Amino acid sequence: MDTDSNKIIDEVTQGDYKYGFVTDIETEFAPRGITEETVRYISTKKNEPGFMLEFRLKAFRHWLTMTQPKWAHLTIDPINFQDIIYFAAPKKKENLEKLDQVDPELLATFNKLGISLEEQKKMTGVAVDAVMDSVSVKTTFSETLSKYGIIFCSFSEAVQKHPDLIKQYMGSVVPYTDNYFAALNSAVFSDGSFCYIPKGVRCPIELSTYFRINAANTGQFERTLIVAEEGAYVSYMEGCTAPQRDENQLHAAIVEIVAMKDAEVKYSTVQNWYPGDKNGKGGIYNFVTKRGICKGNNAKISWTQVETGSSITWKYPGCILLGDNSVGEFYSVAVTNNHQQADTGSKMIHLGKNTRSIIISKGISAGKGQNSYRGLVKVTKNAINSRNYSQCDSLLLGSQCGAHTFPYIQVGNKSSVVEHEATTSKISEDQLFYCQQRGIDTESAIGLIVNGYAKEVLKQLPMEFAVEAQKLLSISLEGSVG
Amino acid sequence: MLLSIKNLHASINGKEILKGVNLEVNNGEIHAIMGPNGTGKSTLASVIAGRDVFETTSGEILYKGKNLQKLSIEERACEGIFLGFQYPVEIPGVSMTNFMRTAVNEIRKYKGLDALSGSEFIKLMEEKKKLVEITSNLTNRSVNEGFSGGEKKKNEIFQMAMLEPMLAILDETDSGLDIDALRIVANGVNKLRRPDNAFVVITHYQRLLDYIVPDFVHVLYEGKIVKSGGKELALELEDRGYDWIKKELGE
Amino acid sequence: MESTQQHSITLERMVDLFETNRKVLSSNDTALLAGIRDKAFTLFGSLGFPHTRMEAWRNTDLKESLGLGYDYYFHPLPEADIQKVFRCNIPNLDTAIIGQLNGWYVSKDVPLMELGNGIIMGSLAEAKKKYPTLVEKYYNLSTNDVSDVFTAMNTAFEQDGVFIFVPQGVKSPKPVQLINVIHHQDNIFMQSRNLIVIGDNASLSLVHCDDSYNQQASFSNLVSEVFLGENAFLDHYKLQNLNNNSTLISASYFKLEAGANLESHYLSLNGGLIRNNIQVLFNGVHGNANIFGLYLMDRKQHIDNQVFVDHAFSDCTSNEIFKGVLDENARGVFNGHVLVRRNSTKTDARQTNKNILLTDTARINSQPFLEIYNDDVKCAHGSSTGQLDPEAMFYLRQRGISEESARMLLMFAFAEEIVGKIAIPQLRQRIEDMVKKRLQGELRICEQCVLHCSTPNHPLDFKIDLSKI
Repeated sequence: MDTDSNKIIDEVTQGDYKYGFVTDIETEFAPRGITEETVRYISTKKNEPGFMLEFRLKAFRHWLTMTQPKWAHLTIDPINFQDIIYFAAPKKKENLEKLDQVDPELLATFNKLGISLEEQKKMTGVAVDAVMDSVSVKTTFSETLSKYGIIFCSFSEAVQKHPDLIKQYMGSVVPYTDNYFAALNSAVFSDGSFCYIPKGVRCPIELSTYFRINAANTGQFERTLIVAEEGAYVSYMEGCTAPQRDENQLHAAIVEIVAMKDAEVKYSTVQNWYPGDKNGKGGIYNFVTKRGICKGNNAKISWTQVETGSSITWKYPGCILLGDNSVGEFYSVAVTNNHQQADTGSKMIHLGKNTRSIIISKGISAGKGQNSYRGLVKVTKNAINSRNYSQCDSLLLGSQCGAHTFPYIQVGNKSSVVEHEATTSKISEDQLFYCQQRGIDTESAIGLIVNGYAKEVLKQLPMEFAVEAQKLLSISLEGSVG
Repeated sequence: MLLSIKNLHASINGKEILKGVNLEVNNGEIHAIMGPNGTGKSTLASVIAGRDVFETTSGEILYKGKNLQKLSIEERACEGIFLGFQYPVEIPGVSMTNFMRTAVNEIRKYKGLDALSGSEFIKLMEEKKKLVEITSNLTNRSVNEGFSGGEKKKNEIFQMAMLEPMLAILDETDSGLDIDALRIVANGVNKLRRPDNAFVVITHYQRLLDYIVPDFVHVLYEGKIVKSGGKELALELEDRGYDWIKKELGE
Repeated sequence: MESTQQHSITLERMVDLFETNRKVLSSNDTALLAGIRDKAFTLFGSLGFPHTRMEAWRNTDLKESLGLGYDYYFHPLPEADIQKVFRCNIPNLDTAIIGQLNGWYVSKDVPLMELGNGIIMGSLAEAKKKYPTLVEKYYNLSTNDVSDVFTAMNTAFEQDGVFIFVPQGVKSPKPVQLINVIHHQDNIFMQSRNLIVIGDNASLSLVHCDDSYNQQASFSNLVSEVFLGENAFLDHYKLQNLNNNSTLISASYFKLEAGANLESHYLSLNGGLIRNNIQVLFNGVHGNANIFGLYLMDRKQHIDNQVFVDHAFSDCTSNEIFKGVLDENARGVFNGHVLVRRNSTKTDARQTNKNILLTDTARINSQPFLEIYNDDVKCAHGSSTGQLDPEAMFYLRQRGISEESARMLLMFAFAEEIVGKIAIPQLRQRIEDMVKKRLQGELRICEQCVLHCSTPNHPLDFKIDLSKI
């Protein structure tokens, strides 16, 4: 590629992060660092029942025995876990029943992010749980949903109001022993969303959680739990942003999904945490454990993710296909630009008979970005007649980036079929020339081609998200594509 | 009677495709089965051949007076049932020669005949190639691998000539063929026609029937044979399409 | 004769063996080679034996293999029945045969042959004495920076193996057949080292066999260093046909200079536990490497192919195809790794692994990795595991072919993609027969090795006549 287009690529990939502002809001912090006292402090602050503290302490003690995993294809500066503030909450007024009691600064923040927390503006038809730093600030549409028996609230509220459900399902898909960051989250998580869809109910609107890191030096540790009872359906969306800061901030979240017989859960993420600057300074360390279990027969869990943010991304949304005929899906677009690094993919564990899974992963690397697909497909002896198809493509834009593919495939019976395919390529000069000849400038052409490349994944997103994701994709590659 | 199908119901993955097919074919006859897409024509062919993804839920298929239900795919083939595939599968690594020689000899063994020697087999192959006007060298090629659409179909007819079936079911053998290839395929069928064998020709278009003149034409619609007639029915279908039949059925 | 009887393989035992036998081990070493040996021993000691918590060994557990008792010898065993062992070869194929018994070069009277065209073939130990500068120039070049415990152990302990040198511009007139037979009345642990140097514009065809003579357990730790000079060509075959009590750790390090061309075939027909560690380094532009593998395993056999291709230079192409059929309780591991370095433009790298499992107790772990740091590349990989194509099965059976025969035909066709790439016709014919026999379950530990048609008057009997007409 000639230098001109290289220049354009540079320009395209160096678009500015538009969500980098900081909200000036009164915040309450836990003391810096982590000890058993910190864990107790968080639990006390949240006025939790005994079982919660017990769970946290067990997790914390287990975490102390673990070391940070090193197997990912990531170069991570050492994290000083004692230098992090594990709990930060916007100071709130006593009673938050009405919207006008929410701090106007907060409302303004979310409005600025394009997320309306005002119920009257229900044009979008999306119920939102907004999480700022460690705490859920407002959940919209709760009352409407409760008519259907759907519970959609902050995790803290669920702990108070539905402790039995929490007790039953929390940690049932991602136990605190699962991995280093899951253990840490289990010890210190501050809030998150909880969603329960009763038997036979199809949730009429999209549910959404919006995560925002605001305070400096804090880690964000939220936890989402979704339970879909027999025959239930829900589509769930998650978005995230953070201010532009020079130091790295840690985000370690857990999402657990339980789908009973005939239930379907669709989980979509547009991850746009602050990616750090052009020189790799700052940015979010994003260590996330997401897993769903298809507990009953014919259950289906579908993950779709568009990962454009964070300086480090480490996440492998997976499905445990326990029920016969259950289905797991994973669709991913991951962009790494400048100095971003991503090690992401999926885990599909086939346990039931006739289980099916599909993995479509599209990696896009630009600048000095390093993009790795890492995935596990495991078909056990008893998962007869199961099927997996994985397609993991990488697109390289420029000669300084890297694209890597690390599939792990394990098959243990004769009747299952597992296929994995991957290609690595750059934008073809023929495609570029074709667009240019039709009068499209290089930058737009690259945008077009990249969006086309990612289309298979983007089309899986709910409408409300798809547009945002498409824009995001172009913005993250602004000045980067080559 | 060679083939007698009575009230045949068949389904795949719980979905019923054939909903009570009745069909009788005598030795020496040529039957054409026509009908719109997705009405069960290929399913009928597969079920007769014994494909196990389909489940026969009720009814029966009698072939030479024997119930086919208990016979395996290859036993049916050895009994003289040949299926000309709509989409012949490519089998890389299996040469045409080995494939055909294995098939010919297994069928001979089933009939209590001695296996053909190498030279006898070559002779037979050359003879049949000439009969169906195949000029290309098949010996060193894998089964259907890299064959053009027309070559694949001609190869099906060639195999039919080699195996000399009693009942040949040709599933849309004409689709995707240019007029020359169509003529070669049809000539092959006409040359192989004998008083004791029979053909069931599944097709979309009347044009094949210009070359292979059927004794009977059936319309398969929504899993049932809804209309039967002589060769003039095919012309009528060509002329008027299928809508009038749907109307007749009260749809 | 120093030997230690029937002990399991532990770090302590090996350290002890090294220290008490250091003098014997180094007896043929130059000062430089002795230094390499000492360094390797230190590395070996610091690495220790692998366990399944290590990434590279998570799917291959050596505990049982290492735990058996083995004899270890520092001298070749008497060659009483050597004539019997090496009595035949590939029918109708004129090869130069080099024999190894338990890793030791079978010298007869000529430890090192020097042919008229300048080719040198024979004992590595002898070559160290006779051509020290030549050996020093290449020895350990590929393995110097490798932190693999078995390679380090081999470098520390090896006393003999095969040395082949093809001078610049010389085309070896006939294939060289290197046969290593394991034959001992008790369990034996052996290590041997091969050094193969093919000069610029030279070419060689090498058939390299590992065979068992009896059912006795064995543990072999083999390392081959292979150097291909500029525009050199190597047609390489590795035939593995060991008994079910054998463990074979076999590392091959190929280093290709500019324009060099490697065709390598790994045909694993039998063995208790086989781990092939295949490393290909492009050390110049316009190199090409085709690495093919076929493994047919049953019972509790274990096959592990680790294939690493390092595209360190531009304009190189590599193609890996590994295919396996796993029956009964067999377990297969494939770990491919293609690395395209930052400046290696115009790289074309392909990697394929295909498996067929015949039972619900067979297992496969397939890990085809790509690591790419350049955008001007064409890279693709694929892995598929499944059963025989049901469409093809139906087609064959519709033509009257029995299910059993159809299955066999398709399995053979599956293997044929690899077998068909064997360039030596007589060898291909032989391997086709072996594969047929193997797929029909008739080829258990063959009476002797693959190529030793020990029972030539016992014709192969197949239900399907696959012979070409």
